[in-house]
Amino acid sequence: MTEPFETDVAIVGGGPAGIAAALALRHHGVARVTILERENEAGGVPRHCGHPPFGLREFGRILSGPAYAARLRLEAAGAGVEIRTSTSVTALHPGGRLDLATPDGTAELDARRVILATGVREMPRSARLIAGDRPVGVLNTGTLQHAIYIERLKPFRRPLIVGTELVSLSAVLTCRKAGIRPVAVVEAASRPTARWPLALFPRLLGIPMHYGAELVDIRGRSRVEAVTLRLADGTTRDVDCDGVLLTGRFVPESALVRLSHLDVDMGSGGPSIDQFGRCSDPAYFAAGNLLRPVETAGWSFREGTRIGGIVADDLDGHLAPARRSIRIARGEGLKLAVPQRIALPSAEPSLGWIQLRAAAAGTGVLSVRDGSTILWEKRLSILPERRILVPLAALLKAGERTDTVEIRFTSDKVD
Amino acid sequence: MKSQSGLFDVAIIGGGVVGCAVARRFALDGARVLLLERASDILSGASKANSALLHTGFDAPTGSLELACMQAGYREYCEIRERMNLPLLETGAMVVAWNEADLVRLDGIKAQARANGVDDVHLMEPDEALTREPHLAKSLRGALLVPGEHVIDPWSAPLAYLKQAVAHGAEVLCNAEVLSGHLNAGVWTLETPRGAVQAKAVINCAGLFGDEVETRLLGQSDFTILPRKGQFVVFDKAASALLTSIILPVPNERTKGVVLARTIFGNVLVGPTAEEQLDRNRTDVRQEALRELVAKAVEMVPALADVPVTAIYAGLRPATDRKEYRVSSKPDQRWITLGGIRSTGLTAALGIARHAASLHAGFGESGFRPVADPVWPFMPNLAEHCERDWQADGHGEIVCHCELVTRREIEQALEGPLAAGDVGGLKRRTRAGMGRCQGFYCQARIAALTEGKFAEPLAVEKADD
Repeated sequence: MTEPFETDVAIVGGGPAGIAAALALRHHGVARVTILERENEAGGVPRHCGHPPFGLREFGRILSGPAYAARLRLEAAGAGVEIRTSTSVTALHPGGRLDLATPDGTAELDARRVILATGVREMPRSARLIAGDRPVGVLNTGTLQHAIYIERLKPFRRPLIVGTELVSLSAVLTCRKAGIRPVAVVEAASRPTARWPLALFPRLLGIPMHYGAELVDIRGRSRVEAVTLRLADGTTRDVDCDGVLLTGRFVPESALVRLSHLDVDMGSGGPSIDQFGRCSDPAYFAAGNLLRPVETAGWSFREGTRIGGIVADDLDGHLAPARRSIRIARGEGLKLAVPQRIALPSAEPSLGWIQLRAAAAGTGVLSVRDGSTILWEKRLSILPERRILVPLAALLKAGERTDTVEIRFTSDKVD
Repeated sequence: MKSQSGLFDVAIIGGGVVGCAVARRFALDGARVLLLERASDILSGASKANSALLHTGFDAPTGSLELACMQAGYREYCEIRERMNLPLLETGAMVVAWNEADLVRLDGIKAQARANGVDDVHLMEPDEALTREPHLAKSLRGALLVPGEHVIDPWSAPLAYLKQAVAHGAEVLCNAEVLSGHLNAGVWTLETPRGAVQAKAVINCAGLFGDEVETRLLGQSDFTILPRKGQFVVFDKAASALLTSIILPVPNERTKGVVLARTIFGNVLVGPTAEEQLDRNRTDVRQEALRELVAKAVEMVPALADVPVTAIYAGLRPATDRKEYRVSSKPDQRWITLGGIRSTGLTAALGIARHAASLHAGFGESGFRPVADPVWPFMPNLAEHCERDWQADGHGEIVCHCELVTRREIEQALEGPLAAGDVGGLKRRTRAGMGRCQGFYCQARIAALTEGKFAEPLAVEKADD
């Protein structure tokens, strides 16, 4: 191992959030900005998402995923960002020291600040505890798209698709482009997760859709041969297929964080941060889908830009250390709340919002409470996996001595 | 692979851990060895899924062949492992009593350990047990520490045994199920889909199909395999900070019960279940059983509730109606049966192989000349606590990011006489795709790297542009 090399800001992950953060840092005049990308090319998930729409707000035009990723790389190169590809970060140490692995061996990097932007992935079959044999042909959308758009390989011809999130529709598009014919789409809930009218799309292509249906068995000696579905009416049905495509149910790719000294939030599955994106070690920040599953590339880009600016301020000594913080307690009805705490004194720029996701669909009142005092409330209908935002300002109305505010969703009817 | 011709001294039926160890033993003893495996890769039956423990035999039946083989196997593994770069994670085990009934049985287990020559066990009060394992549930009532129980790599070990056999002339045929055979003038002719082969003796190491092979070739079997399924859940690597020792329950008559243990790869596993079934092939997992295993693990180590599941799997152990191995020798039929080798097979394999060699000596006229200066294949290390390939330069690229598997490791696993024969074989040799994302990031790349290599490929065809 050679001597540690140094940089001002190391960014772990070269997707939309990481590159946006790097661009912002350079625009703020930070001299050395190094993106560490473990793949052989930066760009992140859009690299293998071969269809639009990407880039409308960032670049003022609609791009396909690969074109968007290429544009991100071009912008980074133009701004003087150093991108080290095929470079894996293998450990995070206190104060901003990183262990790296490259094809030339291991190395250490000392960064004044680190921004974690390792993104998100779909939950695999194992963590979903799906029953049955374990043959070849069970995979996630990300793998399918990587296979089709980068390796030019078809992993199956007639898969069952599980899930109706936005990414599931992207999966249907990818299948269509590659001449793959899904045998059905199944969704455990009673209605699609993605917004109407997108949810109608598979049906328009003639793919049978089953709501309230669950995949209860996978069979196949070496490759998937059939699956069993339990349908909404309680009956089971066997369906022949040669693959199972598990879509959505995103989880932050937070393995590095979990194995490090940083605090992890079990709600989001990502690092615990304050409104500046600052982790439990103030040398570390985080941005993008690592923070929460799951947002669009555009949202992640804007978040990266915001965090990059904040880190630039921090390097200039303009971000005050937290004197104390208010913990955000996730009350009933909510699956996650990010950031997890408000550092005081607050300042701008900050992330500006508390991002929430609902545990289940419902209509009711979303409220922010400081003990018995209601700081903010709003009536709304919420659905799982949809963006819900509470303005940060609402929480800053908490009392002088408050150490916890609670956000809860009180459902007034079962939806 | 070329077709096997000529007369072999022994034909070994079955490329599980026992078959691999037996091949090594006979090759080192100077025999001309042929190993026949029905699947497209070795370690595809019972040996593909187990709890990967190296047992002392502290709780094995005193005086049994199983115990003798386990202890001989344990000793030999420790003797040879450094030369072959086989890892050992020295964890120790704790038999934990979770209630009064368990607690009163610990003394008996301790006495049995002593009777089995495992003298270094000792009883722990709850305080001492929790000092050693602070993340265990505080409800434990006591424990018996068995310092010699360890964790190994369940796949690199048998592969190393077979590699050494191959280095000394052994030949291996995969996709070579033995369909029929006959003994004529002291020579067995075995028919396989890869052609007929001839050998002067047969050693049945067919595991889950041991009785079927006996029936097929000898006309009858004096035992019946009763497959017992074991399901497992593997927790992500963050879990390994929560546990040092192997946590064993107080066993019952039928099974050792559900174990919580670190894996050599840096994870924590919980399992197995023990479910009898008739099907000898199906190793399906069931959601309810997996949930129960997770719950059981969390009951033992509450902090596991916050650790994601990395993998789920199931294996079948070739149990019979008796606890003891079904080992026998039929000199007049030039036949040795190594059957009913249950969950202790990984530990016992090298000992079983020595026992088989002694049985074979009873056939007379062998006259083998033992290898004077054995070749010691140096295995690629996959153990988390030892140096891995990604830490050395020139590995090409990291293909599997969760398990840090390099392109060089994958390419090497696809080469040579014991190249991976299917996706499972590649996983066992490299761990590619076995981590927390289960191939989300790397499977497409691995599909490209393995194009044209496997009968059941990861990709069914090229995608059109």
